[in-house]
Amino acid sequence: MAYFDYASSSPVDRRVVEAMLPYMTDHFGNPSSVHSFGFKAREAIEEAREKVLQLIGGNGDLVFTSGATEANNLALIGYAMRNSKKGRHILISSVEHMSVINPAKYLQKQGFEVEFIPVNGFGEVKLDFIEEKLREDTILVSVQHANSEIGTIQPLDAVSEILEKSDAVLHVDATASVGKIDVSKLNAELITISSNDIYGPKGVGALFIAENVRIQPLILGGGQEKGLRSGTENVPAIVGFGKAAEITSKEWKDDSERIKKLRDRIIENALKIEDSYLNGHPERRLPNNVNIRFSYIEGESIVLSLDMNGIQASTGSACSSKTLQPSHVLMACGLKHEEAHGSLLLTLGKYNTDEDVDKLLEVLPGIIERLRSMSPLYRR
Amino acid sequence: MYSDKVFEHFQNPRNVGKIEDADGVGTVGNPVCGDLMTIYIKVKDGRIEDIKFQTFGCAAAIATSSMATEMAKGKTIEEALQITRDAVAEALGGLPKQKMHCSNLAADALRRAIVDYFRKNGNFDKIKELGLERELEKMEKGEMDDHGEYCEA
Repeated sequence: MAYFDYASSSPVDRRVVEAMLPYMTDHFGNPSSVHSFGFKAREAIEEAREKVLQLIGGNGDLVFTSGATEANNLALIGYAMRNSKKGRHILISSVEHMSVINPAKYLQKQGFEVEFIPVNGFGEVKLDFIEEKLREDTILVSVQHANSEIGTIQPLDAVSEILEKSDAVLHVDATASVGKIDVSKLNAELITISSNDIYGPKGVGALFIAENVRIQPLILGGGQEKGLRSGTENVPAIVGFGKAAEITSKEWKDDSERIKKLRDRIIENALKIEDSYLNGHPERRLPNNVNIRFSYIEGESIVLSLDMNGIQASTGSACSSKTLQPSHVLMACGLKHEEAHGSLLLTLGKYNTDEDVDKLLEVLPGIIERLRSMSPLYRR
Repeated sequence: MYSDKVFEHFQNPRNVGKIEDADGVGTVGNPVCGDLMTIYIKVKDGRIEDIKFQTFGCAAAIATSSMATEMAKGKTIEEALQITRDAVAEALGGLPKQKMHCSNLAADALRRAIVDYFRKNGNFDKIKELGLERELEKMEKGEMDDHGEYCEA
């Protein structure tokens, strides 16, 4: 097996599993309980919170959620609803994850004015658009740290600089970048991260909320997580998230350096296949992201062919999705439908080896050739 | 998501290629939607003697093209016209709902190849007799088939 779909799901680090286990069996107390079992669980949550805060270098609060999707929903809807008296204008980049785009569309229906920031061909937000559209009643700007599909890292320093002139807060979805590049210096009021992207368990994520930023909760109940996210905390998952954050803080640089070499070898060799093109930015991209489009063929066919050879990958092609619409990210970058259909997305992780890359590069040209030989669009 | 039969036809598609001196050629789909297929037929004594396909699309598109050509090979024109999208999907052990609309166009491509065969022979009476006037009209207008609700292109 050669797994290149880390952006979809990553295995949990064994050290993380070990840290979690006692909180399922021995330390199973409810963190809201006023007895020693509860105290033990509460202590573990606060310890995890510190570790995650340390990873993102934030001074403020951190709310544990069920994952990045909930954190993004909380950031957008929670902030907009709480601050609607200040203004109802929101800017979000057009290449955000659907867990940002769909809450933004929901806010549109609630009467907020949402504008989508266009991107250039590399997927970078157009800074002049933000500058031009920013107004007194703009309350929120949401621009991701890096794109999970095309790997492009956004010019967030420049975005922050533009926002200095306004009262709008910046939300950064750092789900794709955490553990791959430095997330400790993000100059944002709201930051989303998830556990599974740093080899922690699924079903847990967090929203960082800077001091003096107020949001409205989406889930009401017993008032857990400082009233911002009710529901008994998933203690083992939060402990695992904390452990994963601790490991990531220490190891991400070395891991990324090694992974980047594997990535570059894949890109260099895959681009030797004729009519293949790199999607996303050639330099300012995540060290673990390869997104290449092959003309005349369709992505799901490439992915299934790779799977038959023991290699797991992904695609931005419509045919692998439920709606059959091609990736909105690739389309926002200006690709035509038929170009977007032929994309292959490989996301690497810390368990990938040189042998995995050898295996991929050995079979990939043959797969592309085979599919092209069947395609009516390929006339060579 | 897919049946073993779909995987099998995707991995080992039958009748791939192009017939240079085809008696009829039918194309449906749209590269914008991610599915485009062309079927070529050779007809002898009213039977489909040879058939080949070229497909741009997902595994379902390739498998349905392969299965449809297998089903049509050796059949009379009238028998081949009985091959529907549902029949192709059934022969493959079923397809996901959205794939029925977007990837299972092979039966339509076959119908168009048959219309093209009659058109090339100037046999427009036969087109009328077999109720294929709508296909002919679409082909002459250069219209691609509708993929249904799952594809907006």
